[in-house]
Amino acid sequence: MVGGVGRKEDRKTAYDAGMMKIAYYPGCTLKTTARSFEKSVIASYRVLGIEYIELEKWTCCGTYFSLAKDDLVHHIASIRNLIRVKEAGYDRVVAPCSMCYNTLKMANEEVRNDEEKAYRINSFMDEEEDYRGDVEVLHPFDLLREVGMDRVRGAVKKPLEGLKVMPYYGCMLVRPEIAALGKGELPGIMEDLIKALGGVPVYTPYNIECCGSYHVVSNPDFVMARARDIAKKAVMEGAEVIITSCPLCHYNLDRMQLEAKRKWKDFKEIPAIYFSQLMAIAFGLGKKDIALDGNYVDPRPLFEAKGLV
Amino acid sequence: MKDGVGAKGKKVANTAMNDEAEEEKKKVTIYIMGKAYEVPAGLTIMKAVEYAGFQYIRGAGCRAGFCGACATVYRKKGDYKLYTALACQTAVEDGMYLTQLPFVPANKAKYDIEKIEVSPNTLIKFYPELVRCVSCNTCTKSCPQDLEVMYYIQAAIRGDIEKVAKLSFDCIQCGLCAIRCPAEIAHYHVAQLARRLYGKYMSPTPKHLLERIKEIESGKFDREMEEIMKMSIEKIKKMYAERDIEGATEARAKAEKD
Amino acid sequence: MRVKVGGEEEEIVAKVEEISGQNIMLCYQCGQCSASCPMADYMDLIPSRVMKMLQLGMVDDVFKANTMWICATCLKCSVMCPKDIDVAAVMEALRQIVLRRNEEYLSLGKISKDRIEELPQIALIASARKMTP
Repeated sequence: MVGGVGRKEDRKTAYDAGMMKIAYYPGCTLKTTARSFEKSVIASYRVLGIEYIELEKWTCCGTYFSLAKDDLVHHIASIRNLIRVKEAGYDRVVAPCSMCYNTLKMANEEVRNDEEKAYRINSFMDEEEDYRGDVEVLHPFDLLREVGMDRVRGAVKKPLEGLKVMPYYGCMLVRPEIAALGKGELPGIMEDLIKALGGVPVYTPYNIECCGSYHVVSNPDFVMARARDIAKKAVMEGAEVIITSCPLCHYNLDRMQLEAKRKWKDFKEIPAIYFSQLMAIAFGLGKKDIALDGNYVDPRPLFEAKGLV
Repeated sequence: MKDGVGAKGKKVANTAMNDEAEEEKKKVTIYIMGKAYEVPAGLTIMKAVEYAGFQYIRGAGCRAGFCGACATVYRKKGDYKLYTALACQTAVEDGMYLTQLPFVPANKAKYDIEKIEVSPNTLIKFYPELVRCVSCNTCTKSCPQDLEVMYYIQAAIRGDIEKVAKLSFDCIQCGLCAIRCPAEIAHYHVAQLARRLYGKYMSPTPKHLLERIKEIESGKFDREMEEIMKMSIEKIKKMYAERDIEGATEARAKAEKD
Repeated sequence: MRVKVGGEEEEIVAKVEEISGQNIMLCYQCGQCSASCPMADYMDLIPSRVMKMLQLGMVDDVFKANTMWICATCLKCSVMCPKDIDVAAVMEALRQIVLRRNEEYLSLGKISKDRIEELPQIALIASARKMTP
């Protein structure tokens, strides 16, 4: 083991000592438009005693996961990254971006469950060590389950005082079942987190509906309409803020609300932030770690009015 | 790249003096565009092609591994791999299938370096095909300079211009990466833009260079230049040979003493 | 309406089944996929209609429609299907058939530079995967 806590028995000791190390796969967008996600997720998990150790070398995860059964070249990026995780001496990796998490996990399952595909991928990557699916791909929510909500509650310095929060899972955390956070499409983890932070989760049928995804490049109008519908429903159900774990959902919900406002005058905006920013707020972390400054729909007035930042 | 050692550490002609005589006698069979030729072992691909009677009118340059003009692909008998190399830096082997790439077509984006505002997406803006990279690593495998091409392309996608500049610093623009890429990326042009951006906007300004430019502009060296211009070629050659080079002067003195 | 079974059409449907790994004949038109599809409003043909037309060998009409390109691969249809058909994979197969002919739906070079400057990597990369050969 090089510096990492990979084995189960070591993990418990590390948690008990208050510092669990885990390999961290950022993904491209956390290094560019989703800097606020990266800053807040690293800072808030440090409070919980989990240290994210960024992989020295990593590439794009290969998103979006190819559903074509004969398309192996698009799994190569994922597998290569998982090999990097092993090389760094870890057997688990955390990917905060929902899409990276889904893509890495799906490719991992593909290699685990299909020997023929594993063989072909490995023989294509003849410059790498063979990979058999022995790394575990985790989302920060998996780690929340591992540390337990009691620990989260214990870290809260500024309870959210009944703030109404819509947990927006999007697609990649709940579908398909093999990569999903929990059974069925309602994992409940975001709701538990919101409650632990002192907020009130708001349920709407849009919590697990698609935001329009990558169509923001080719058909932004569709995505604008999706963002409007999701935001409208959130406001209707009394939510004050939307939280998400996907940089693409975030961009679509946040940026496209501006366009929606331009098109539909009576449209009422609602700020969208990353779940980790909400954690950082409740944990009483500094402005730099919360990083609320990069949004199109400014969330600061909401939190300032409540005296939370 | 060191003298006498090919880019991928392959043996180049005359690396060991005592093998030379034996190498001379030995002949190998190579295939140039499908036709067999017997050439002396130990020649570089470029010399072997010329030995066989071809003349390079394109795809040859410095013949020293720096200019990237002689990029080539080849296969070996009984081996599925498609090898890439600089023809001037790689020794022929028995049973090589050879050809020569005269030119690599690749679009170069138009930009005014003075007017670019650097943002995380600057490189994607000029080269949107970057996002098609599937991390297959073929570029890295094809690089005769042993650069981590795939990792600099990935750094380019996430806007890490400094990393692109540093990882691509030894690029000789041969274009083998671009010709092998399934995503149709022109890696070396992307890297060149990154290095330009890095040099212009990100690396610290070299003060001594600015001072020297000022000195030149103020005419400090005009008189010396005029003197050189009037000198005979022999004298200039002599001055050049005897110029003071860090390390080399000591080495020369030592060699004379021995 | 032109219904054709056999010949070239059948081969293409077989190709869709091969690439997607799905048995298209299992679909019994319950319409769950279309009802749950968040993008159905923008599609020329709703997903269940595509399934039916593939069963009937009407591949020309399927390829003329924008359905496969409007699909955002949210996988809702696939989890809703009572016959466990991965409808999203069928859409992927249709896209792949076109892309493998070296035809593109999205031209990266035509996106305005200002928009590229602003868009997240995740959107650009995913679009390139789904819409460029």
